[in-house]
Amino acid sequence: MAQIKVEALDKSFGSFHAVKSASFTVEDGQFLCLLGPSGCGKTTTLRMIAGLELPTAGTIRLDGEDVTMNRASARDIAFVFQLFALYPHMNVRRNIGFPLKCEGIGAAERDRRVVEAARILRISHLLDRSVSGLAGGDRQRVALGRAIVRKPKCFLMDEPLGALDTEMREAMIHELRALHDRLGATTVYVTHDQLEAMAMADRIAVMNNGVVEQVASPRDIYDRPASLFVADFIGSPPMNFLPFRGGLLTGAEAIRLGERDVAIPAAREAMTESELVLGVRPEHVRFSDRGMVRGEIYGTEYLGTTQIVTVTTHYGPLKARSPSSNSFRIGETIGLDFRPDTLSIFDKASGRAIRTALHEGGAHG
Amino acid sequence: MTSATAAHSVVEPTATTRRFAGSLVVLYALITMIPLAWIVLTAFKSPDDAISYPPKVMFKPSLEGFCNLFTTRSRQTPEFIRSLGPPQGLCDSIARDRNMVVAGPSNYVPRFINSLIIAFGSTVLAVALGTLSAYGFSRFRVPLKDDLLFFILSTRMMPPIAVAIPIYLMYRTIGLSDTRLGMILLYTSVNVSLAVWLLKGFIDEIPREYEEAAMIDGYTRFQAFVKVVLPQATTGIAATAIFCLIFAWNEYAFAVLLTSGNAQTAPPFIPIIIGEGGQDWPAVAAGTTLFLVPIVVFTVLLRKHLLRGITFGAVRK
Repeated sequence: MAQIKVEALDKSFGSFHAVKSASFTVEDGQFLCLLGPSGCGKTTTLRMIAGLELPTAGTIRLDGEDVTMNRASARDIAFVFQLFALYPHMNVRRNIGFPLKCEGIGAAERDRRVVEAARILRISHLLDRSVSGLAGGDRQRVALGRAIVRKPKCFLMDEPLGALDTEMREAMIHELRALHDRLGATTVYVTHDQLEAMAMADRIAVMNNGVVEQVASPRDIYDRPASLFVADFIGSPPMNFLPFRGGLLTGAEAIRLGERDVAIPAAREAMTESELVLGVRPEHVRFSDRGMVRGEIYGTEYLGTTQIVTVTTHYGPLKARSPSSNSFRIGETIGLDFRPDTLSIFDKASGRAIRTALHEGGAHG
Repeated sequence: MTSATAAHSVVEPTATTRRFAGSLVVLYALITMIPLAWIVLTAFKSPDDAISYPPKVMFKPSLEGFCNLFTTRSRQTPEFIRSLGPPQGLCDSIARDRNMVVAGPSNYVPRFINSLIIAFGSTVLAVALGTLSAYGFSRFRVPLKDDLLFFILSTRMMPPIAVAIPIYLMYRTIGLSDTRLGMILLYTSVNVSLAVWLLKGFIDEIPREYEEAAMIDGYTRFQAFVKVVLPQATTGIAATAIFCLIFAWNEYAFAVLLTSGNAQTAPPFIPIIIGEGGQDWPAVAAGTTLFLVPIVVFTVLLRKHLLRGITFGAVRK
């Protein structure tokens, strides 16, 4: 097992700049998710770590050793592909044993390790089946088997659950996490699904347009988004954004929103008068007759235990999460309040979060 | 089977359509089979039956055609023939009935062997080169890829025989005229363009994740190619091999022009089998019949791949 350190990684395909100066570290035994919308460069980053693409610039270190220009075969890593890439001309046993054959491991030892891997993944009964007849979840397990049988330095997974149906996916999320806890293997996992990332990762690296926007624990990503993009991408429904113009002094504990003062976590940096954005998670919106923002109920979405209430306001539609026992009348005028200690403030021009007391609670500041 | 009372399916053909399609297939098969059948029949006729008019469908079968195909004979006086001992085998006795004796083997067997060596040699070479270059074109960013592929295809845009004279002169200068190597190289160069294009289609359809998985598992690219790509490309390789073999096996024009002795293949040899008083048609037909055998065997062996190859590889996209 190993630490992966990616420093200032750049990749261009012709004129297309796929990855821009990406840096992050995956500690030994950690589960890192590369999360982002399609085309954000997350798969390219993963393929560079694997050695399937060579970076235009930057370095990749495995346990301190610079492997940037090494062949994939020389890196001692395992890769699980989205479409599994099981060899159709081999049965399950030979598929799982294929990486061992390359290392020149004898047939007896090979078989012992294949059987062991199959036992961990609970596919022992499938060993002599052809891979083409397997169900999606079992194919995924065979692909995982091929990865774990070799005991590599780290696992790289490229949307391994993307081809499975929802039910199978839920089950595999737990299996993958349990497998990770059991093997303690350093893992980099690419996904566009925030629920997968939130459920499995120790740390999440959110990417957008080739840039790593934030690397933090799932909780920090959610509670303390480092940029407008992260705040908007994570959470369903996403964070509400209320644009306003104003300045900010270090230590300020309120902002001027329209005619009212809104309490915020104390600012830790000063901003000159500029376009700013106040970010509020839907669950931090409270209904109050004396609320700072007034609006008209536009509609509700019932989600079981909670409901999402959309309110048309001066700042655009705001979404609030409310227990589904509350009832709302469409067209009703209502006041809204925000929980002060959870608010985020962003600089609209750069998209960057402004440092406030909010960031001091986080493990990664 | 659906019962008569059940509503008929909109996608399944009806019984009438089936019968109609079936009879069309049978009719077409008959039309294509008749010349072949005629050749096989002629191979077992005597020279007189072969040229009789109206043509005979019923006749007394004879192996004279095959004997004449494999032997050369000389005419002798009845006295000389009587002075010889008893006939040496079936062919000798057939020849003696016509006042001839077997003088020695004909050139059919060496020509047939030339055909085998040249056709299979060029097929192996064309398919091997074609697979490697198709893999390269399929997987790597080759500069001017589209232009190169078009250039490769363009060699097929004229009949190869259009360049016969330059090739004849070149071969004479560099000493490749009438050599097996020369013919193998020639047929390979004609077939390789077909092989590259056909195989590129097949290899494009093999996801590259397979090789990438193998390379991550510690194999080199060439090992990944051999262990992962080739087994999955067998269908395409078999189909391509059959097409290449059929071309090389049947090629006539270049063989006439460039070979005369050592390296002559069977196609130019068969039509010029001369018997007494002109073409020996039963011998020609016997030579043709035997000439069909290797290609039939090869095609039957690879038939499953050929069918799958045509439906899954070349046509599906």
